[in-house]
Amino acid sequence: MDKIMTGAPPKGGRAKRVLPGFSLSLGISLLFISLVLLLPVTGLIVQTSGMSLAEYWAVITDERVMASYKVTLWAAAIASVINGVVGLLMAWVLVRYDFWGKRLVDALMDLPFALPTAVAGITLAALFAENGWYGQYLAELGIKVAYTPLGIIVAMSFTSLPFVVRTVQPVLEDLAPEDEEAAMSMGASDLTVFRRIIFPALWPALMTGVALSFTRSLGEFGAVIFIAGNTPYVSEITSLMIFVRLQEFDYAAASAIASVVLMASLVLLLGINLWQARYLKRLHGR
Amino acid sequence: MKQYKSSLRVGERPWTKWLLIGTALTLTLLILVIPLVLIFAQALSGGVGTAWENLTDEYTLHAIGLTLFVAALTVPINLVFGVFLAWLVTRFEFPGRKALITLIDIPFAVSPVVAGLLYLLLYGSNGWLGSWLADHDVQLMFAWPGIVMVTVFVTCPFVARELIPLMQQQGSEEEEAGVILGASGWQLFRRVTLPNIQWALIYGVVLTNARAVGEFGAVSVVAGNIRGQTNTLPLHVELLYQDYNVVGAFVSASLLAGIALLTLLIKGIVEWRQSSQRSPEINPSEVR
Amino acid sequence: MSITVERINKYFGSFQALRDISLEIPDGKLIGLLGPSGSGKTTLLRVIAGLENAESGRVLFHGQDVTPLHVRERRVGFVFQHYALFRHMTVAQNIAFGLEVMPRKDRPNAAEIRKRVGELLEMVQLSHLADRFPAQLSGGQKQRIALARALAMKPQILLLDEPFGALDAKVRKDLRRWLRALHDELHFTSVFVTHDQEEALELSDQVVVMSAGKIEQVDDPRSLYAQPESRFVFDFLGHVNVFEGALQGQRLAQGEGWVELPEQATGDTVQLYLRPHEVRLQDEPASHAHLPLRIESISLIGAEVRLELAPCGWQSEEPWEVGISHAEFNRWQPQRGDRCYAVPDVGHLFNREGQPPHTLSWVGR
Repeated sequence: MDKIMTGAPPKGGRAKRVLPGFSLSLGISLLFISLVLLLPVTGLIVQTSGMSLAEYWAVITDERVMASYKVTLWAAAIASVINGVVGLLMAWVLVRYDFWGKRLVDALMDLPFALPTAVAGITLAALFAENGWYGQYLAELGIKVAYTPLGIIVAMSFTSLPFVVRTVQPVLEDLAPEDEEAAMSMGASDLTVFRRIIFPALWPALMTGVALSFTRSLGEFGAVIFIAGNTPYVSEITSLMIFVRLQEFDYAAASAIASVVLMASLVLLLGINLWQARYLKRLHGR
Repeated sequence: MKQYKSSLRVGERPWTKWLLIGTALTLTLLILVIPLVLIFAQALSGGVGTAWENLTDEYTLHAIGLTLFVAALTVPINLVFGVFLAWLVTRFEFPGRKALITLIDIPFAVSPVVAGLLYLLLYGSNGWLGSWLADHDVQLMFAWPGIVMVTVFVTCPFVARELIPLMQQQGSEEEEAGVILGASGWQLFRRVTLPNIQWALIYGVVLTNARAVGEFGAVSVVAGNIRGQTNTLPLHVELLYQDYNVVGAFVSASLLAGIALLTLLIKGIVEWRQSSQRSPEINPSEVR
Repeated sequence: MSITVERINKYFGSFQALRDISLEIPDGKLIGLLGPSGSGKTTLLRVIAGLENAESGRVLFHGQDVTPLHVRERRVGFVFQHYALFRHMTVAQNIAFGLEVMPRKDRPNAAEIRKRVGELLEMVQLSHLADRFPAQLSGGQKQRIALARALAMKPQILLLDEPFGALDAKVRKDLRRWLRALHDELHFTSVFVTHDQEEALELSDQVVVMSAGKIEQVDDPRSLYAQPESRFVFDFLGHVNVFEGALQGQRLAQGEGWVELPEQATGDTVQLYLRPHEVRLQDEPASHAHLPLRIESISLIGAEVRLELAPCGWQSEEPWEVGISHAEFNRWQPQRGDRCYAVPDVGHLFNREGQPPHTLSWVGR
């Protein structure tokens, strides 16, 4: 038993911790979390409990709202899959190869993370508008991105890309060369080795990154509303629905929809954490 | 952790390698570089003079000021919280520790609009706390306090998430050694812990700042439509864009993009310092 | 300063790491806590230091109950297995730390601190490394700095947790000698933890052998080695050759093997423990023992030749090992497959559960 747990008080009641600051840091942390994170949730609960179950159901299953769920979920799913592929490629290239400008590219990977969503929003809108730098070429091919669900996918993809890259990178870095060398010395082709040895090792991290990307995309607001067109039933995301109801001063409806979104987010969060605890050491921080 | 570069690894064949690198570079160009260029190009598309006018317009200046003010309040609050939480969670064992670590991820998972709504419902004049405050003539929503509170919510995980894995990895032996030698809590933190976490702390602060400055969705809900009084810079960008003042919008956007680029630069420096610290030249003078 | 441990019990969750431990450590002695992983030796050390709190029992320094005192107030020196040097401070700053964090009224001024650090660096012979950082030092150097740092506070008690565990054999030997010399010069009371029996026996004034949270035996190294009091201690201190059999009068027999004991003994299942150096090998059986063995392997281990032997006509759980000198090896020239006979000179008889063995001697008969 070489793992000694310090800081754990004994059962005999002589609660003396070696390192100082337990009470203080516990007090501050609990106070902050209650005040900032937990207390606001009570407001939502109070508001939604003021509605009857029938009212609640009617609001969250309203046609327009249901349409927004579909749009949001589909777009987030597609965007996450795209990010899975692109993110994997970027992570691979950044970890495995050396090339001129690599440091720069690596730093730029965090740009969507650091860039304010509104800025991303207007930039993407400008790029993909029919006379935009990209939009004009796509128009010739008959593809319209701005003011369509396609635009939503683009915006979600842009803002969540770092999640996949930063989750996969450390795992790629930790891969043992011996596994690949052994397989290749036995005659396996590049593709086979990737498929059977590398990918299985990457898969949990990739899934985590995709799940994080999905969760973030579900809630994305600023980047989406400029490029989406926001046509009800067609290109309106759920976050915007909440906003619309708020502007109509329909606090109850806004709360009801928000409660659905909140619950979905928390379930996803819990799921991701459990998954990470099972498959990965925690990949916080990136 | 640099391993030796073996040539017998997947994807090392020149054809594959350069194809992949080429694709990655192209994608980077299309997805990341060109949008950046667009921001600045649009900002200057009316000439430097117009850009300057937009920048120094009174509403823009007000928005800049408010944004900086919000950040100036948010960052220290979350810094203190993040440090205390990281210390609590990495140096002690107690029931509920894992739950705390999960709780801190909530702002990450929650949509910013929902976050704004939560605060609005609580502190708005119809909310249960808000109505009590209104009776005492205190208005938090649709005013700068509401913006600060919501920004604190959205950015609270960053410092903690930078510190926690690092402090866990470093272990508490150095602090234990310090305690045995007689150090008090503050001495311990200042002399032993802080030097070990300084770069992660700096990056956490920089990240918090970047997100605080750029927050849009949550602030939209909480700041109301009283433009000119409670507009942060991102809201100002939206306002200008909707008024078809494209140049103006992108001028403010450039400012924000500049902050983002600065954030990336600082991150690069922090990582460079961290990796050079992890392996200084090992120079054992004798084998004894 | 003497240390008294009184009936200490320590739990980690439902796992009991220390069971009713009581121990007296006299002033100025160097004590080794020896045992395998999980024996509780590190836990005991940390309880003495105050890094762990026991559920029941007391710890006394020089007769004073220090159990309610926080580790900071116990004024012990502690050396960690992995040194725990402050990585962002230079060697000199590391050593000065304890002095610099003293409360203002007790703190020496900067010049005095510098002087003391200089003295300590002299003592560990690393003055030339004062401005280096821990990452630039070798393992042995780090350990000496860790020691200097602990000694800066002039503690009366020094506690070391597997201090040489992470170092190579040669460095370990050198540091062992050096620590002993330092201890003899400065006269603090030291307790160190190790799982290396050679280290414990070489370094300590007294060895405390621990297993599964209990103390098996406390003795000075010579007595411990000569008179192990339990099977565990025997097994732990090195290889043991075991002959198990039934008693027929004064003869212990099993299959074709038998040993004539020098004195009366009783018991059902009786075991005779013979250390490698307590047994001789001959071509012919002796008058008091018939233990045929076949040579399975011959290894040259440093200063001696080790023979591994399998019993013929009787059984033992593990192969027997006997060491012979190079001179004898050259004279005898044994081969694999050769048959020979073991002749005990000294043996240890276990005939009752939980009781220490009887030491038997055939020398001079």
